[in-house]
Amino acid sequence: MMALDLSQNKHADVSYEEKERLFEEVKADERWHHVLYGCYECGICVASCPSARFYDFSPRVIAQAVAREDVDLIYTLMNDSIWDCSQCFSCDRCPRQNSPGQIITIMREVAVRNGLQTAKDALEGYGRIIYKIMSTGSQVSPDMLQPNAFPDWGTHVHEIAENLEEWRRALPPETLHTTETGWKVDQKTIIELYLIWHMTGVMELIEGVDEGLFMILVDVMEERLEEAGYDDVTFD
Amino acid sequence: MIHLPVVKAADRKFEADPDKAPKEDLREELFQLEKEGELEVIRVPDNYIELKTKYGRIKKIPVEKTWHHKSCGQCGHIPGYSTSIFWLNRQFGLDYYDPTDQTSCTAWNYYASATSNPEAQAAVAIRNFAAAHEVGYYPLIHCGTSFGHYKEVRHALVHQHELRRKVRKIMERLGKKLVVPEEIVHYSEWVLAMKDRIAERQVIDMSHITATVHPACHYHKLIEEDAIYDSEIYGAQRTAIVTGTLKALGINVGDYSTWFDCCGFGFRHILVSRDFSRSFSVQRKIEVMKEEVDPDIVVTHDTGCVTTLDQSQFAGRAHNKKVGIPVMSDSQIAALAMGAHPYKVLQLHWHNTDNKPFLTKLGLDVDKLWSEFQAEVDLIKAGKKEYMTWEDADK
Ligand code: SF4
Ligand code: SF4
Repeated sequence: MMALDLSQNKHADVSYEEKERLFEEVKADERWHHVLYGCYECGICVASCPSARFYDFSPRVIAQAVAREDVDLIYTLMNDSIWDCSQCFSCDRCPRQNSPGQIITIMREVAVRNGLQTAKDALEGYGRIIYKIMSTGSQVSPDMLQPNAFPDWGTHVHEIAENLEEWRRALPPETLHTTETGWKVDQKTIIELYLIWHMTGVMELIEGVDEGLFMILVDVMEERLEEAGYDDVTFD
Repeated sequence: MIHLPVVKAADRKFEADPDKAPKEDLREELFQLEKEGELEVIRVPDNYIELKTKYGRIKKIPVEKTWHHKSCGQCGHIPGYSTSIFWLNRQFGLDYYDPTDQTSCTAWNYYASATSNPEAQAAVAIRNFAAAHEVGYYPLIHCGTSFGHYKEVRHALVHQHELRRKVRKIMERLGKKLVVPEEIVHYSEWVLAMKDRIAERQVIDMSHITATVHPACHYHKLIEEDAIYDSEIYGAQRTAIVTGTLKALGINVGDYSTWFDCCGFGFRHILVSRDFSRSFSVQRKIEVMKEEVDPDIVVTHDTGCVTTLDQSQFAGRAHNKKVGIPVMSDSQIAALAMGAHPYKVLQLHWHNTDNKPFLTKLGLDVDKLWSEFQAEVDLIKAGKKEYMTWEDADK
């Protein structure tokens, strides 16, 4: 495992002003005032952090960096550590009522919104999941249970994949006979979901991190939105 | 010499005092916002059971008129989880609604990739709540992630005027209102509230069974004040969820030192960095349970936890780790206790770790039960029946 390089020169090629701008964006988030109240350096968050056990990662370092407004270190963390976090929020037991996990949520959002290369790298291989959730409203579906997708889950995945159609039909709730989504979803519901993605700027966000994925999503959504009578989905 | 009164831990009973709660009661603020015309509060329907939360406040758990906000991970990969919740509702003859006008909360993706934002997340939540309200039912949340996320959304909507304004505008465009439930209720709270009625109808003795419980992180760590606590369970020093249900069924719940640890799910890790999920789940949870308790079963109450704790054991076995404990949800265990079919209702063939020794210990004839399910599948395969129905499941 590579040790985390916290040296402040690691991203010396990026200007201090740019790093500061990104941190200002983190601080401008409405949640900011509920997630950081200073830090005792007590390490209680680290003691309960699963990611700290397996990676060179520390929620205390995150809290310290943002509390001290160490812009260089924050930039380093934003390009590295934040993607190790499990988002379990065990660190919410912080005696200062900080939430390092939520600080990370905000930092990740800023990293994605600004199209940082490291965010793009972190999301590599994850695009098909984003496609699934944005186009169907389901994060995972029965037909994703394929042996090549889950080789470490053992032979029962083969059995599920082989019997998928019939096993889905052998589910008593009528809504669960689907294979491409977790349950049967109305057309109107999907249209409303697409409108939400468009109206909240999520489509632009995707365009910034994965243009190919964005084009596919636009293709899929456009047709269905037009059919439903929506050709203007902009929102002020 | 100073004499201090000595109270033995065993004699001490902790009762939380809501007047001393360190955190606000969000519901009061919700009703205030409703008065100001900012939003509409969806009331818990009349038939409800009262449970206590961490700081001693009362939480109303609706018994029926529930709108089942399904979980994509449950329905997609472990569908006996949600089937068992529905089966329990049907057994009690309760009025419930299984909607098709429902999306997932999309929070798994949000926690995994941050490719969304608070407005979108809140709009998805409120769209679902509005769909429930429109048909006159109350949202009951199946997934721990959705439950945690919806608590966060509700908290944000109460505190952020600008977010309310944006979401209200989006809802207007969708022809919907900004509606927020009075309580965000997780299905496991419903199971806990129903525990005595479930125990009354128990047909399978479970008094010789030992279980370990994994409480889901987003249930009791995120907006902790909304989780259920009970002075009779762990002295109200940790959540009573799942454990309270299992005890009512006569199951012996064994304690283990890493109970507070997460399961290893990690949101993005379970999909794209599973080495972490597998290692954490096996080494910090399953092996510790095995060494300290050696339980017959692990019971938990969230999609990601059942998935990670169960599926990770396959790779653990290849590394000669101390694994081999079946994993189920509290809804599956409650249904099983009431006589539900392990394959037609609990759908245990979608789970990974061998659960046959557990079923056999309960006195069930596993081969016979499997052939009963297989007979249904054969009929479907032969085109003699399109689906297995609820009636077939109870035959
Ligand atoms: S963030 Fe909180 S728990 Fe972590 S070191 Fe700082 S004060 Fe302690
Ligand atoms: S949310 Fe992230 S930082 Fe906090 S305990 Fe979990 S893994 Fe660690």
